Amino acid sequence: MNLTLKVWRQKDANSTGKMVTYKAENISPDMSFLEMLDVVNESLTLKGDEPIYFDHDCREGICGMCSLYINGRPHGPKRAITTCQLHMRSFHDGETITIEPWRAASFPVIKDLTVDRSAFDRIQQAGGYVSVNTGGVPDANIIPIPKVIADEAFNSATCIGCGACVAACKNASAMLFVSAKVSQLGMLPQGQPERWSRVQSMVAQMDEEGFGSCTNTGACEAECPKEITLTNISRMNNDFFSAKLFREEKVHDHSGGGE
Amino acid sequence: MSLDAKIPQGPLAEKWSKHKFNLKLVNPANKRKYDVIVVGTGLAGASAAASLAELGYNVKAFCFQDSPRRAHSIAAQGGINAAKNYQNDGDSVYRLFYDTIKGGDYRAREGNVYRLAEVSVNIIDQCVAQGVPFAREYGGLLDNRSFGGSQVSRTFYARGQTGQQLLLGAYSALNRQIHKGKVKMYTRSEMLDVVTVDGQAKGIITRNLVTGEIDTHTGHAVLLCTGGYGNVFYLSTNAIGSNVTAAWRAHKRGAFFANPCYTQIHPTCIPVTGDHQSKLTLMSESLRNDGRVWAPKTVETAEKLRKKEITAAQVAEEDRDYFLERKYPSFGNLVPRDVASRNAKEMVDDGRGVGGSGFAVFLDFADAINRLGQEAVAAKYGNLFDMYYQITDEDPYKQPMRIYPAVHYTMGGLWVDYNLSTNVPGLYALGECNFSDHGANRLGASALMQGLADGYFVIPYTLGDYLASIGPKPVDASHPAFAKTKQDVVDRINTLLALKGTKTVNEYHRDLGHIMWEYCGMARTEEGLTKAKGLIQALRADFWKNALIVGAGDEVNASLERAGRVADFLELGELMVDDALMRKESCGGHFRLESQTEEGEALRNDDVFAFVGAWQYKGDNQPEELHKETLDFEFVHLTQRSYK
Amino acid sequence: MSEIKQTFNSSLGKKLIMALTGLFLCTFIIVHLGGNLFLFKDDQGYGFNVYANFLTHFPPIEVVAYLLYASILVHALYGLVLTLKNRKARPVAYAVQTKSPASWSSKNMGLLGAILFFFIVVHMGDFWYKYKFTHSVGYKEYRTNVLTNQTTVTDFVPADPTFEHSSTTVNDVEIVRVKDIHTLVSTSFHNIWYLILYVIAMGTLAFHLLHGFQSAFQTLGWTHRKYTPVVRFIGTWFFAIIIPAGFALMPIVYYFFK
Repeated sequence: MNLTLKVWRQKDANSTGKMVTYKAENISPDMSFLEMLDVVNESLTLKGDEPIYFDHDCREGICGMCSLYINGRPHGPKRAITTCQLHMRSFHDGETITIEPWRAASFPVIKDLTVDRSAFDRIQQAGGYVSVNTGGVPDANIIPIPKVIADEAFNSATCIGCGACVAACKNASAMLFVSAKVSQLGMLPQGQPERWSRVQSMVAQMDEEGFGSCTNTGACEAECPKEITLTNISRMNNDFFSAKLFREEKVHDHSGGGE
Repeated sequence: MSLDAKIPQGPLAEKWSKHKFNLKLVNPANKRKYDVIVVGTGLAGASAAASLAELGYNVKAFCFQDSPRRAHSIAAQGGINAAKNYQNDGDSVYRLFYDTIKGGDYRAREGNVYRLAEVSVNIIDQCVAQGVPFAREYGGLLDNRSFGGSQVSRTFYARGQTGQQLLLGAYSALNRQIHKGKVKMYTRSEMLDVVTVDGQAKGIITRNLVTGEIDTHTGHAVLLCTGGYGNVFYLSTNAIGSNVTAAWRAHKRGAFFANPCYTQIHPTCIPVTGDHQSKLTLMSESLRNDGRVWAPKTVETAEKLRKKEITAAQVAEEDRDYFLERKYPSFGNLVPRDVASRNAKEMVDDGRGVGGSGFAVFLDFADAINRLGQEAVAAKYGNLFDMYYQITDEDPYKQPMRIYPAVHYTMGGLWVDYNLSTNVPGLYALGECNFSDHGANRLGASALMQGLADGYFVIPYTLGDYLASIGPKPVDASHPAFAKTKQDVVDRINTLLALKGTKTVNEYHRDLGHIMWEYCGMARTEEGLTKAKGLIQALRADFWKNALIVGAGDEVNASLERAGRVADFLELGELMVDDALMRKESCGGHFRLESQTEEGEALRNDDVFAFVGAWQYKGDNQPEELHKETLDFEFVHLTQRSYK
Repeated sequence: MSEIKQTFNSSLGKKLIMALTGLFLCTFIIVHLGGNLFLFKDDQGYGFNVYANFLTHFPPIEVVAYLLYASILVHALYGLVLTLKNRKARPVAYAVQTKSPASWSSKNMGLLGAILFFFIVVHMGDFWYKYKFTHSVGYKEYRTNVLTNQTTVTDFVPADPTFEHSSTTVNDVEIVRVKDIHTLVSTSFHNIWYLILYVIAMGTLAFHLLHGFQSAFQTLGWTHRKYTPVVRFIGTWFFAIIIPAGFALMPIVYYFFK
């Protein structure tokens, strides 16, 4: 296969970027999308040019590091997979493929197709955990959890934190990401003690990071490689309003308290 | 130098509790005066960083990825073992200990392995308390599945994403401490050297992968939780970024590297499709329960298959060689990982491999589909079939899967004692990065167990003992060793950046991988290893002359990152070959063709080789010195495996 | 107070306001449509005029009406604030237009809302404002013989320009004098431009509610495997089809048939 690539090139966060056109030649349909980029990068390197920088690591769809907005869709045209799981046979010979980084104010470009997603980490740090220290926990089987709850919590917990939801959302909203963690811990008995403070903390941090707000378009759900559902957002909203309007708990502030 | 593993005396079951009592403690008020550096944020790193911060130490954690959650522990599929005996099927700490020692082909320490089995039960409790959504029964209690190498159901799992869920649990504990300010997290930071002052580890040198800055970090102790070195083979189930650099730099600063030749090769991976391939994807071992492994009987048939002149279905039954069933009538397709892998390789070496590249054998479900019906097969393996279809564009319901072994895990690593301390005081190694608990072969669902055991339940005790002994005096960053080490790092980067040859780093890596796979892979010989040693030396020399590295040092530079890692693999590769040459026996993942039973099984030589081979670095291009730590087996009886 | 402020200043709080005002407006349009069905009644505007008078003079309804006006303003204002904030969340646009599957209406609520707001301003200016605050609307006198139920209508010019409404019964004849909004409506609906404006506005309303109604439930967190399909059904068939169609039929019927 021979392809034309239009790729966003940007030297660093402070530079302005532009689209640059490359030829990708002799591409095997068996290649993954990232392997196709590897080939292009090898040829760029041999010419002494700087290779295209993109985030990637596990290349099996679980680490959440790869991104890429391909022809108008995060992780490319296929459902429920990440870019590293996308194969070139999903494209046709001679096609022009436009590759852009995730676009969001909260995800500034680091270089080329790589963006800084540390906002996601900070949201998790604000409350995406159960406050238990190592040791001194009860036996794992002491609290039975209905299978349906455990399974649903698992579904929410499969989020890989790739940011496709933000990239797909017309408002660059992070609601699907935040709600997946809020839901997971909110459903499990272990997460109950901090349920009402957690949701407030995480939403406050989400707002601080400058993500847009949700208008329930469902684009995030459609593009999520792990098929996290909008139900999570709904659960989070419910918990948030309940916490804000009817509960005693406030935004929890754990900072500095530890010994 | 003598290697003292510091295994406590006394009965097996009391070793760890007695040892914990004998370890010195750090006064709670003093803990905040200690800085601990944790490199890597996988299961071992994240759990260690969080647990130490909870105790009150100041932790600095580092990862090269953009977030600690990306570490490759996340990709582990199957599960995590724990001797909970929830199934009432006869499991116990002793049984898990015994299975692990035996599975490791008697090349691990009894004391370490017993402790691992002992704390395994705490891990599950800890993870559940963190909100890890393990699979459950309808009654609401935890579910277990059985896994290779044991006859009890002791594996806890979260669908096929156990590693992900456990890592996210540890990541959440880490996040809590970051929020509290007890852990300072450095992402996109790669450790490039360890600083030793008077023989003790006191800090590290890192490169900020965004700005290119070379930074110095001080700490009273340095914990390396940087995973395995499977990527020395270029193609493996590891992540692209997985590398040996941190461990290798530590090795060059004095830490011994133990058993580097022990590598685990997983039999059921999706085969390579061409030179462009960047990594291999694992398919669950459970497929061999219903799939039949075969290759064409003749090279001619294989040739036709490779050229796609005929399809697998057109190969008549009598032209097929179900080689595992033929050679191992009682175990058949269910022989252990290493045996299945080696036999597939033999087929390919014989010219009977299939698929476009010829590096594959068939895993055929036609019989199972005929017997059970497509629906039943789909219910069992549907998600795996879909994954295979996605990657290969071949429908495994209609034509046999193509599989081939791939490098999966490395049992070797930095030598550590019972306290997880390397021979360099203050320098610790946890998880896959160390060598300690799996012997020559790791059992399924044990990697997650070991990483978390080290991080949650071992290091918080053992590290305190060392810290108490050195006292809380701040580390003096103005010591010349810091400037000197930093300069070494800068010089090396400049040397790499000056390489403007004609061959890309990736090509060197691929070449190295070919050599390692060919001569130091599933089956090794004296002759092949000797040849490999020469080839690696030549390749390494060529690398430092003819490699092409673009870009500058003070910016994002993937080419430079890669070059540093591959340069280290080029050195490690030779040590692996040396270790494999030295170990003139077969055991677990190390198979020497010269040492096999009549049935073609790994033949150990316990009289000569029941030791840990720990290598000491002696300078560039100098032969390394071997130190032996004898393995004493007080409690288990050594036997030879057989699958007749 | 600050906690409440915090709540409503958060992104979710703003959305809560959007959802609550939106749902309130949804309940209003049910009532509005119900009342306007008098337009279809062939009674020379009697029912409609009396209804209009009732709406503007029954105190509890007047209170609700002001709540309603406030809701419209708040809904529009918060919609604007959220839209601007959402724009800011993606300062650099994609070169390729998104192909992520999402319904057209969900992606264009701001535009739809802006059209509706324009319509509401025109609509209220023409009817509500003229009716309540000017004397440009005429009067009608309905004389109904209670025994025969025969009604006769005549124009009526009150002596006092602030006259609103009277209802008396003299000799079995009920005399109702009331402002004649019906004629105003009828005249307007015979204007082709009005017809077009109304039909477009109701189309807009349809799309706005197609997403808006069920979206409000999602925002409030009122979703459930069992009830969400019901909400979606009502949102689609009742709010996005029956109601806008009902409203749109009024100018159409008047323009073509009356």
